[in-house]
Amino acid sequence: MRMSLIALVAGLLLGLGLAISGMFDPAKVLGFLDIAAIASGGWDPSLAFVMAGGLAVTLPAFQVARRWSQPVAAEKFHTPSAAGIDAKLITGALLFGIGWGLVGYCPGPAVAALAFGATGTIVFALAMAAGMLLHGAFATRR
Amino acid sequence: MSPDFTPVSAAIGGGLIGLAAALLWLALGRIAGISGILGQAIGAATSGAERLWRILFLLGLPLGAWLAVQLGLAGLPSAPPTNLALAVIGGLLVGFGTRLGSGCTSGHGICGLARLSPRSLAATIVFMAGGMASVFVLRHLIGG
Repeated sequence: MRMSLIALVAGLLLGLGLAISGMFDPAKVLGFLDIAAIASGGWDPSLAFVMAGGLAVTLPAFQVARRWSQPVAAEKFHTPSAAGIDAKLITGALLFGIGWGLVGYCPGPAVAALAFGATGTIVFALAMAAGMLLHGAFATRR
Repeated sequence: MSPDFTPVSAAIGGGLIGLAAALLWLALGRIAGISGILGQAIGAATSGAERLWRILFLLGLPLGAWLAVQLGLAGLPSAPPTNLALAVIGGLLVGFGTRLGSGCTSGHGICGLARLSPRSLAATIVFMAGGMASVFVLRHLIGG
């Protein structure tokens, strides 16, 4: 119960942040990724400020948590496995980046923007879910 | 610089994103990586309780975005994707790529960098470069 409530509040905060920062707007994201526009004066560096604003909170929070033996409302920290920098990581990040640049959605903004019901958003989100399931099918086969 | 440049709202919104990620880590010990949470939420191998918190978290995203617009804290997104073929290809790449690469902008970019993870730094550099390359090809080579 408590876990569900915390998860919902965190999701709400994230949705608010994605909207206020403008990240839920593909035009804004593409305006950042378009570095050729630096020369022509049309580049929008806003996304770097989103990143900086986020890290200004998470950097101290994650460093403080290092000294905690467990989280406030759960048994343990689910620390990601440190597999090292391998081909999977780089290939995955590259495919993700290419897809991100084609449309301007990464997973969070795509889910958040579902609130406004645009066909393009729904199609993207369904394709994204399909891509995830496809990966799941590949991963279990091996 | 683009007239669309909005450093203040970007930093405030980013701060809220960070707050959400900090809450999930400090309270539940979970990384706020949307691709991981969504992938697990729709994956077949996830148990009931593990699925529930993920679904509630994900429901919070559109709810929060809707609320921000209702409260006048954000305008409606200006341009949802109109090219549906591109939306399908992009969606497939983002879905498959984030799972293969164990994370996206939130998991690697906001949480991983805060954990000072070399993996996340490498992933963030690569997906940023990939995104920039995509936009360059679409806007300036094909669309130019």
